[in-house]
Amino acid sequence: MTKMHVTTTINGEPVEFLSDPAASMLDALRGPLGLTGTKEGCGTGDCGACSITVDGRLVCACLMLAVEAEGAEIGTIEGMAQGDHLHPLQQKFLEMAALQCGICTPGVLIAAKSLLEKNPDPTEEDVRFGLAGNLCRCTGYDKIVRAVLETAAEMRSAA
Amino acid sequence: MNDMSNKWIGARTIRPDGADKVTGRAQYSSDYNMPGMVWGKVLRSPHAHARIRGIDTSKAEALPGVKAVVTAKDIVEFPLDKSVMLGIQDMRWMCRNVMAREKALFHGHPIAAVAAINEEVAAQACALIEVDYEVLPHVIEIEDAIRPDAPILHEWNQFEGKPSNIAGTMVLKAGDIEKGFAEADLVVERTFTTRPVHQGHIEPQSCTVSYAADGRVTIWSSSQGQFMVRAMTSLLTGIPQSNIRAIPAEIGGGFGAKTIIYLEPVAVMLSKKSGRPVKMVMTREEVQRATGPAPGSRMTVKIGAKKDGTLVAAQGTFYLQAGALPGSPLRGPVGCSFAAYAIPNVLSVGYDVVSNRSKVAAYRAPGAPHGAFAAECVLDEIAEALGLDPLDMRLKNSAKPGDKAIYGPVFGAVTFKETVEAIKHHPHYKAPLDKNPAPGVKRGRGVASGFWYNAGGESSVQVNITEDGNVLVTTGHPDVGGSRASIANVVAELLGIDHARVNVMIGDTQTIGFSNLTGGSRVTFASAMVATASTEKVIGQLKERAAKIWNIDAEAVKWDDGMALPAGDNAGKFPPLSLKELAAKANEMGGPIGTQVQLNTTGADPGFATHCVDVEVDVELGIIRVIRYTAAQDVGRALHPGYVEGQIQGGVVQGIGWALSEEYLYDAKGRVDNASFLDYRMPVCSDVPMIEALVIEIPNPKHPQGVRGVGEAPIVPPLAAIANAVHDALGTRFYALPMSPPKVTARLEEA
Amino acid sequence: MTDIRYLAPRTLEEAVGAFAAAAGAARILAGGTDLLVQMRNGAVKPGTIIDIKKIGAMTAVDDLGGGAFRIGAAVPGVVLAEHPTFGKAWPGVLEAINLIGSKQVQGRASPGGNLCNGSPAGDSVPAMVAAGAVVTVQGPGGRREMPVEAVPAGPGRTNLAPGEIVVSFTLPARSKGSGDAYLRMIPRTEMDIAVVGLGISLTLEGGIVKAARVGLGAVAPTVLLVEDAAKALIGSRLDDAALEAAAAACRAACKPINDKRGTIVYRTKVAGVLLKRAAAIAAQRAGGN
Repeated sequence: MTKMHVTTTINGEPVEFLSDPAASMLDALRGPLGLTGTKEGCGTGDCGACSITVDGRLVCACLMLAVEAEGAEIGTIEGMAQGDHLHPLQQKFLEMAALQCGICTPGVLIAAKSLLEKNPDPTEEDVRFGLAGNLCRCTGYDKIVRAVLETAAEMRSAA
Repeated sequence: MNDMSNKWIGARTIRPDGADKVTGRAQYSSDYNMPGMVWGKVLRSPHAHARIRGIDTSKAEALPGVKAVVTAKDIVEFPLDKSVMLGIQDMRWMCRNVMAREKALFHGHPIAAVAAINEEVAAQACALIEVDYEVLPHVIEIEDAIRPDAPILHEWNQFEGKPSNIAGTMVLKAGDIEKGFAEADLVVERTFTTRPVHQGHIEPQSCTVSYAADGRVTIWSSSQGQFMVRAMTSLLTGIPQSNIRAIPAEIGGGFGAKTIIYLEPVAVMLSKKSGRPVKMVMTREEVQRATGPAPGSRMTVKIGAKKDGTLVAAQGTFYLQAGALPGSPLRGPVGCSFAAYAIPNVLSVGYDVVSNRSKVAAYRAPGAPHGAFAAECVLDEIAEALGLDPLDMRLKNSAKPGDKAIYGPVFGAVTFKETVEAIKHHPHYKAPLDKNPAPGVKRGRGVASGFWYNAGGESSVQVNITEDGNVLVTTGHPDVGGSRASIANVVAELLGIDHARVNVMIGDTQTIGFSNLTGGSRVTFASAMVATASTEKVIGQLKERAAKIWNIDAEAVKWDDGMALPAGDNAGKFPPLSLKELAAKANEMGGPIGTQVQLNTTGADPGFATHCVDVEVDVELGIIRVIRYTAAQDVGRALHPGYVEGQIQGGVVQGIGWALSEEYLYDAKGRVDNASFLDYRMPVCSDVPMIEALVIEIPNPKHPQGVRGVGEAPIVPPLAAIANAVHDALGTRFYALPMSPPKVTARLEEA
Repeated sequence: MTDIRYLAPRTLEEAVGAFAAAAGAARILAGGTDLLVQMRNGAVKPGTIIDIKKIGAMTAVDDLGGGAFRIGAAVPGVVLAEHPTFGKAWPGVLEAINLIGSKQVQGRASPGGNLCNGSPAGDSVPAMVAAGAVVTVQGPGGRREMPVEAVPAGPGRTNLAPGEIVVSFTLPARSKGSGDAYLRMIPRTEMDIAVVGLGISLTLEGGIVKAARVGLGAVAPTVLLVEDAAKALIGSRLDDAALEAAAAACRAACKPINDKRGTIVYRTKVAGVLLKRAAAIAAQRAGGN
């Protein structure tokens, strides 16, 4: 199959790669791009483990063709911390034990970050519905929701 | 060690593996690649039940890009007439589960596997494998499988002298059941059903393996036990354990499902045949269709009580679906259902029923939630009929220390009452509940309790002092929910050093001694016990080094707050020696400091839990939502409270899914009809409220820190607690799970 | 390996040309939230994928005034949610579009895709039917318009001619006193396919229903326009008898199946329940307009 050349930006850095036209963005991230922090739980958009942002919008990487990344700005979990300085959500998840096995964590963090960018002062209900696309089987969601609410409060007071 | 003023034990420390997990750097099974790697793919049976008359792989083998094809011929066969056990798994069944042999026993049963240069070619090659099937009638549900005219899965299996789908039984007895019921003032007997549910780990099963030219095998995979992976792969491939290195990747959820393997032996044989490393990753559909789940059940529970609520007799008959091959977790319902209660007359019988669905795997307190659903709903009905508070009735009947448990041993500590009292005195149980807050909306409250055995078993822990005076701990247990954090707390506490100076890693089968599975709520119990023994030995070494430096007896040295000190004035006056100072002098004073301890641990007292839940029902639509949940459990000692609460919260939400929305559905051809996260409905974030975990700490006297296992007990009470709450809301009892909207409206219309 | 071409034309003409030229072997890519799943499970194997998101008309939201809107077929739900006026005019349609999947899916999924996927359970379709939306379709034979309810032909099928592409939805101007609503029944609170979905649009004058449209999803091979339900409401004050008559009309319109998502009995019952609840919401909104 003839591969297509894709020029894109991932976590602020220019990236070029070759992709099978039918490959998903998730395949590209985990394959040729080596960004395995984005996880595959279902491949059908039902679990959110592959959440990324595309031009600032939250999407499932499994539901997007890799070739659609042409000219876009992609954000993945690998770009969430600034060097060794964790994003407040990442730090809070560690402090509040908001992860157990950790497989859903990258997707949850990306979705939570997207949520707080749109809504810096969410209610518990806002957080719960905002993260409804991210399945977690370990935590029962309690500590995840608390960590997001607490981070939001801290980010507001720091702003 | 049970001093609650400990600095690190009980602290909410940051887990050693945390930063990697929040930045996407942690390496899970499918994140790992090897040079020259090819892709493996499984051809699965399109039939629920079929005899395999022949398999022709020649066209697949001829496809360009195909590197190897394997079938059952490549997997070691264990003859049907002789059981070979590995833990609770019988290799006769495992060899037939990883690759169908005489018959395809369920839709999705592996028939053959291909290794090829990429996934597409592997899939094309699978499609070119020609299988000659003789399609046979299939059977899925328990009631169909135990009918006299049911299609028989295994002709060699006999029950009561006839070929049968009942593949095993388990019976526990106490007293005289008939006499017991004769003494009762009230007897309630009900029949319950539950549907099979999947563990629902978000990470699919996967592995990457290399069979090298010298016959040495490396397996990188996601499991709840690298030693299980090694042993089972060895048995199923004939490769000696010494030649298999099983490396535990970070595990993306297991809940019991990853206590057995599916892919590893197949991938090893593909690698051996192809001469290339092989990667295999299941799709979600394969996971749902062909791994796990927990059994569905059909259960009858009959309990007799005196007017004052004293329980005098309990009888349980539990049919569990084993899946296609024998081995459902009968000891769950048979042993746990009545275990928390002092009931003089008990008869508890389990039947292991095979049918044409994927072989069950362990799921959190295997079998216990089923039995508790039946028993705890019947108890609720008895309490209601007798006009008793359901918690008071439980308190009245709690088993006591010294009672003989139905499953054999004599109870040591029994901390059941404490969990009941915690709920009874919690504001949740006393809070007023508006039972009809709006037209068409009903609310109710329910309680239920649960029991789990807990477990000890084999663990190995290596503690090494680094040359710069810090600590590296290696355990042999995959960390599913924060066990590294707990062990770091224990070791830091014992050594009296800052938590951040202790790093904990999971060893592979070549770097740490044998350690049994992560499962049965045993890992924190066992590994903390062994880590304690190991650390205490290291402290002994440190004291010896200090004694050597000071030229005094080792007994005259004490270890306190991270330093060696003279034990008293008689020992002489020396400035303390810190861990760093001792480490710096290690080599001149006797060599490296560190040790490994390997133990078969005992003393894991059982776990008890009592839960209280409020539900709200949209009566017209039949939708039930959980609006408040409180879960009390005796954990002995919470080494890391955050991860203890997390186990409880996670188990409860899995229970909510089981009660309300999760179930396997089959079509007329015996195929799973909802093999996706879209239609296998696990709770999402907006489905559930906060889960309040009441962590009760009554130290287990048989454990150095007082630990009791935590992980299983939280999933035992929710099914019954929710059903009891729904009854409180609607006045109607539900005997079948899940209480999904169509079933709720249908039941309300018939009631 | 199968050869797949990916095209991202800049104009509608190019897209139609390529779609027609592929003679059935092409698939249109809007949000891709159905297409990628179907490709992955082998249900579709397109020879050409035509990504229409680079075409201006496909991604534009035009406020035509008076409550009228033209929405490009590939506009994702999140864009409509962010639009300053759309949600005020058509809250029911917006809710419906933003019930398609998770936040992640809403970043991609579009009403055009939802319609052309042909699922009787597509959330946006009953709301669009209730709204009286008209779709603009372009094909090799030129441009035409059709009512939204005329597009679905059955599960996974549409009445579009070969080579035709849905370009946009036009929602009509709203009289004062109008309101719409969409409700669906799902077992969970999110992430499910509708077991029943119901859209309703009402126009009230002095408390009396002057105009009504009801769209009903997941209870028949296609989304239904339930004219009898509308008739039962028009002229009424949404009193219990009128609501019950409309609910009965909805139940009578149901021709559902038993499947993994619901039973015939249950779906039929729910259709009536949703009618009453959605009517109450739409009426309240109408009162505020």
